[in-house]
Amino acid sequence: MGYKNRVAVVGAGLTRFMRRALETPKELAFEAASAALEDAGLTIADIDCVVSVSAPDAFDGVHMKGEYFADGAGAWGKPYMRTYVGGGSGVFSLISGWYHIASGHFDTCLVVAEEKMSAALPHPQGCFNAIYDQFTERPLGVNLLWIFALEMNRYMQTYGIPMETFARVAQKNKRNGMDHPSAQPGIAGDFTIQSILDSEVMVWPVHRQMVSPISDGAGAMVLTSESFARRLSKPPVWIEGVGWNLDTSYWTDRDLCYPTYVEKAARMAYEMAGVTNPRRDIHVAEPYDPFAYKELHHLEGLLLADRGQAPRLAEEGFWDRDTETGIPASPSGGLLGVGNPIAASGVMKLAEIYWQLQGQAGARQVRREVRRGLAQGWGDLMQVGTVVILGK
Amino acid sequence: MKPFSGTSLTDHALTTGEVLLTYWKVKAEYQWDAGLAMSTYLNGLKQGKLLGIHCPQCRRTLIPPRVFCELCFRPLDQWVELANIGKINTYSVSYVNWDATRRQTPEVPAVIEIDGASPGMGILHLMGEVGDTLEAITRRLKVGTPVQAVWKPDSEREGAITDIRYFRPIG
Ligand SMILES: [Zn+2]
Repeated sequence: MGYKNRVAVVGAGLTRFMRRALETPKELAFEAASAALEDAGLTIADIDCVVSVSAPDAFDGVHMKGEYFADGAGAWGKPYMRTYVGGGSGVFSLISGWYHIASGHFDTCLVVAEEKMSAALPHPQGCFNAIYDQFTERPLGVNLLWIFALEMNRYMQTYGIPMETFARVAQKNKRNGMDHPSAQPGIAGDFTIQSILDSEVMVWPVHRQMVSPISDGAGAMVLTSESFARRLSKPPVWIEGVGWNLDTSYWTDRDLCYPTYVEKAARMAYEMAGVTNPRRDIHVAEPYDPFAYKELHHLEGLLLADRGQAPRLAEEGFWDRDTETGIPASPSGGLLGVGNPIAASGVMKLAEIYWQLQGQAGARQVRREVRRGLAQGWGDLMQVGTVVILGK
Repeated sequence: MKPFSGTSLTDHALTTGEVLLTYWKVKAEYQWDAGLAMSTYLNGLKQGKLLGIHCPQCRRTLIPPRVFCELCFRPLDQWVELANIGKINTYSVSYVNWDATRRQTPEVPAVIEIDGASPGMGILHLMGEVGDTLEAITRRLKVGTPVQAVWKPDSEREGAITDIRYFRPIG
């Protein structure tokens, strides 16, 4: 397929992730956008267009909140678009920015992801009840965690995965998160497997320490065309592949054991990037991990493990940050270890791949050499897969 | 890299007036018409029947029913009465409510594959008669456990998914 422009990532910035931020959505967006511009060595005057992502307006109680925080995202007087695919939005933001530049229409694009979940009372989880079918599901008295617990149990029982393995994933990500400057207070830490298994059961088999927290935060990245990137002092990272895919909203009819939509999104991105053997060609991965089981589920959908084998590889340390022969997964700490301001957490994952490829990840830098990595998002009614492959 | 910005608030700051707050309450009410497929499905429930719909092209029998096949992208009209029994595709044991408050006795949501629908075709419902401790419930229920719908009596059914009180394990 022909694209007019090859697209580069030239800067990334985040805010801290917090259970409750003093800053408003506009202010969070401004902080992240400013940090990304500073990292790129650019100013808002260099930016041709702005794209943003954020999860449901219901969190904020502000209708069309993309417009509401646009000023903080640097969009005043510029072409601006908000895209939204639920939890997959953060990773999709870079895809949205990518086609603005790949089309040849713009040279530079500022991508801003903002999320402030804390305002909704009594608990932001309630905002999600409206994703269930209003005739066949909502009258049953649903809550959000049901669908994830149902999917996790199907996965667990199909392959006979021990609970300890999920605890090990949570332990890994929470340890990795200790080195992340955005990590939400109280989320990262050196937890024992036993303490994770002993944390309270929320919706079995999901335990409290196997689920990501409620968070506020923002992230931003700067994208440019190849010719523009060549004029900057830092070596760019390239967007080598993008993919996205949506499964049916009749979720009770799906194969809950395997995220087919993630595989389809991954195959689309691999084909564009010329990746024929993902286990050889992908050197670091940031799979979406709002729940411990989801990291494993997604690593299989990304074709980085055979079906049902990601848990065994987790037990062997294949996904650990210091692996020399495996593929480090969620070296950032992920949503479990850094926090989950929904749209912003996807950008946090993309920023991690960017920093890993730039050798700028500090204490989180993986041990093996990395030339190509991917970030993946997931959301809507457990039905969307979004994948971006970055390379240098 | 310089430190990221952001001011993390404590509960204390929110409750003592250290941080100024403003409050808004939304009133949102909706009334949905059931549409083509759901009107027939909900009427079936009122009569104590689970209805699916068959696609002659991909040969799937679908539940919940819809008036188009999303795979073949064609209209559907072959309604089929399905059984009152099925098997557990997956289940969970919920100790939290929608507002994140804790429950004393758990709820047991499940995806139930309905007999007569194509393999893997299920609906969301609640399990009953399964005990009220995690140990008892996880001992009683497995993937594949056969279950049966327990209906409300005729006079109480109103054409809603709750016309089935719950599913119970059989055998
Ligand atoms: Zn069909």
